Amino acid sequence: MKKYILTGTLAALLTLGGLSVPALAGPEDVVVENAWSRASIGMNRPGAAYMTIRNTGDEPVTLIGLTTPLAMMPEIHETKTNAEGVSSMSPAGEIAIAPGESIALEPGGLHAMLMRLQEPMTEGDTFPLTLLFDDGGEVTVEVPILGIAARGPED
Amino acid sequence: MQRRAILGYGAAGVGAVALMLFVGWWRVDGPGAPAPVGQRPVTLTEMDFRLTDHEGNAVGPETLIGRPTMAFFGFTYCPDVCPTTLSDISGWLDDLGDEADEMNVVFITVDPERDTVETMAEYVGYFHPAIRGWTGPEEQIARVADGFRATYERVPAESGDYTMNHTASVFLFAASGRFVTMIDYHEPKEFAVPKIRRALEEEMEGAT
Repeated sequence: MKKYILTGTLAALLTLGGLSVPALAGPEDVVVENAWSRASIGMNRPGAAYMTIRNTGDEPVTLIGLTTPLAMMPEIHETKTNAEGVSSMSPAGEIAIAPGESIALEPGGLHAMLMRLQEPMTEGDTFPLTLLFDDGGEVTVEVPILGIAARGPED
Repeated sequence: MQRRAILGYGAAGVGAVALMLFVGWWRVDGPGAPAPVGQRPVTLTEMDFRLTDHEGNAVGPETLIGRPTMAFFGFTYCPDVCPTTLSDISGWLDDLGDEADEMNVVFITVDPERDTVETMAEYVGYFHPAIRGWTGPEEQIARVADGFRATYERVPAESGDYTMNHTASVFLFAASGRFVTMIDYHEPKEFAVPKIRRALEEEMEGAT
């Protein structure tokens, strides 16, 4: 009887511990930090989300896609600015992250482009974004929605 | 005798080096430098275009003369570059405070099809209050871009919509309308703010 209670408590503790590190689900070596996005005006314009994706493991991981209930077509895009100062944006394709390395999704570079929004992105809300990896693993992060004029995760 | 000869050679050597330096300067930075043809925007006084600002006022290059100007191109359906540039500009203006009070700050759309006056009004409302949004007929936008030596291009997106490639630099003009310099996309604040001060100071020199 006593043993059962202890086991139950232990299980509850483990569950709590597991919940507090959501980014460790799926490929257990992928850690997502400083996720943020900007509020949208309505639903017609694409949104963008930013974060740092760190591979803390010993094996390379490859990010192959995104899913989110917020947008029908979430995709990693890359902004490039050429020597003449002209900016363009295109899908980034698959992104390999070497062991111990991280990639930064940040303004003016890689970003999670959220096309075909299903609802407006409202400042103060969050939305779940799931990163899909080539080994079938998934990592889901809650992305905070900051103001339209936000410059970084601290804004 | 021998000493004089050495001195002579020495003087000739110094002269040769000086000549080399002078020729180098002439070719790279001096009057002999190749003009960056078509790269620098023309003076605002030489531009000719008619647009409408986000409050419905008719505007043109003459609207900008008399005060220093910071201008850039973008579109409101732009998810990454344009909000970042607008946020950067808002931050620079906050840093400059009163110094930038007398400055024109203009966001010119390259996507007039979607960016109507009302759309521009709503969009610029989220950023620094000094920022004005300008739109107008496509052929007028083309004239602005031509004067600024800026480019833009409509590109189909996979989502069925389209996006715009465009010059993302921020252009700085003195109160006289003369082009001063530009700030590259996402240039750090430590470089951007002094460049804006240059445009502001040029005005003061001209006024005194």
